[in-house]
Amino acid sequence: MTSAQHIWIVLGILFVLLNIAAGLIWVERRLLALFQDRLGPNRAGPLGILIVLADTLKLFFKEDWIPPFADRWVFILSPAIVVGAVLMSFVIIPFAPGIVVADLNIGLLFFLAMSSLAVYSIVLGGWASNNKYALLGALRGASQMIAYEVFMGLSLMGVVMMTGSMRMADIVNAQKEAWFILTQPLGAIIFFIAGIAETHRLPFDIPEAESELIAGYHAEYSGMKFGMFFIGEYLGITLISAMMVTVFFGGWLGPAFLPAWGWFFVKTFLFIGLFILLRASLPRPRYDQLIGYGWKLMLPLVLANLLITGAVLLLLKN
Amino acid sequence: MQLLFYISSFIALLATVMVITRYQPIHALLYLVVSFLAVAMIFLSLGAPFVAVLEVIIYAGAIMVLFIFVVMMLNLDKETAAQERKWLTPKVWLGPSLLVLVLLGEMIVLLLKGNGSALPGTTVPPRAVALSLYGPYLIAVELAGFLLMAGIVGAAHIGQHKKKHLHRFLEEKSTIP
Repeated sequence: MTSAQHIWIVLGILFVLLNIAAGLIWVERRLLALFQDRLGPNRAGPLGILIVLADTLKLFFKEDWIPPFADRWVFILSPAIVVGAVLMSFVIIPFAPGIVVADLNIGLLFFLAMSSLAVYSIVLGGWASNNKYALLGALRGASQMIAYEVFMGLSLMGVVMMTGSMRMADIVNAQKEAWFILTQPLGAIIFFIAGIAETHRLPFDIPEAESELIAGYHAEYSGMKFGMFFIGEYLGITLISAMMVTVFFGGWLGPAFLPAWGWFFVKTFLFIGLFILLRASLPRPRYDQLIGYGWKLMLPLVLANLLITGAVLLLLKN
Repeated sequence: MQLLFYISSFIALLATVMVITRYQPIHALLYLVVSFLAVAMIFLSLGAPFVAVLEVIIYAGAIMVLFIFVVMMLNLDKETAAQERKWLTPKVWLGPSLLVLVLLGEMIVLLLKGNGSALPGTTVPPRAVALSLYGPYLIAVELAGFLLMAGIVGAAHIGQHKKKHLHRFLEEKSTIP
């Protein structure tokens, strides 16, 4: 691949991702309306799709206020961290054979490293706002994300053991006979739950919890800085969906009537839809329930999954 | 590639100096995170991507978050920064600077000697490290696990507190014989 081609791939992926993240504003509101038996935004443009434009314009032209009591530089830095870290994670995702920014041999670990850096945006944003609610949100966010990072990493290790590689392209190619959802169902479920907690989406949106903490860690943010958190959340949903597809649902593999990238996008959008369905249907657990559920249920389950996977692999080898 | 190494080591040094000289604890910790990321970059440029990513996951992504978590709860304010400013007088710098100068002298001697390596080194792949950790050094790994377990038990003991009932009807009548 020439470097010119490489630059085109990078720009193309960036363009598609940012447009998906913006388009999800409309998708989420329409789908939520469908699930809740109402209409949703339907005035601007066909099916109301121009609501995306209206929302973006609103975010750009709102007053971008930095509270005088805030820690100025950290306050400005933290919205950038979440978008940066999530976009960096997309570096390793193969959208189709050959369409990937960097096919690292430590791909899966790189994803985990970047998702662990995304915690800083919540923690620093909440601290720099110098506001009780924001700080409470930041504290909750930090402990929730640190706890669920552990299971997220461990749930992927079963797949790594079966593939013998952390390169994403190898993981996809190893699913030619059977997707890993069939051989690693427990890992897939735990990864998805940990992914919801990592992106702090409903039902695990405890750092924001608007009914108890106003808006949690981004209570003081306005204008495009709030927009960055917003975009970061939608990018996070897309990232977890894309990872689910790549690691457990065969990535770009599928019958030949759709192109490889077509299969990838269809599967990814199914998972994005599932994220939105979860938001529409599940209540939020209490904070201690979330943490207890993580350490007392998910950790033993994921360790058992690793143990069984290892034992079966050893048996099959002999 | 050598340029990448020099850039990242310069950033690591600069960030570490900033860690020591910041008055606001959170800012110091942020520079420490940058320093860890720069060290990870150095590992990457030396051709050890596995170690680089572990550095990011464990130090920058987990341990530093917990540090910031704790410092955040301490509610350190402008008064603390003023106190730091009072403590960090030029006299305090004397001892550490002397010790660092000795290390600097050692480094200059090593660099002048030639290839800059005092000990003979071999490349060890991660797989070999893992196999020896879970083979001949198993007991050391288990002892380290014990040590961590002691920490967890201690934290759980300190963290637990007696259930307090705020309503008088729910209080246990321990005074009745």
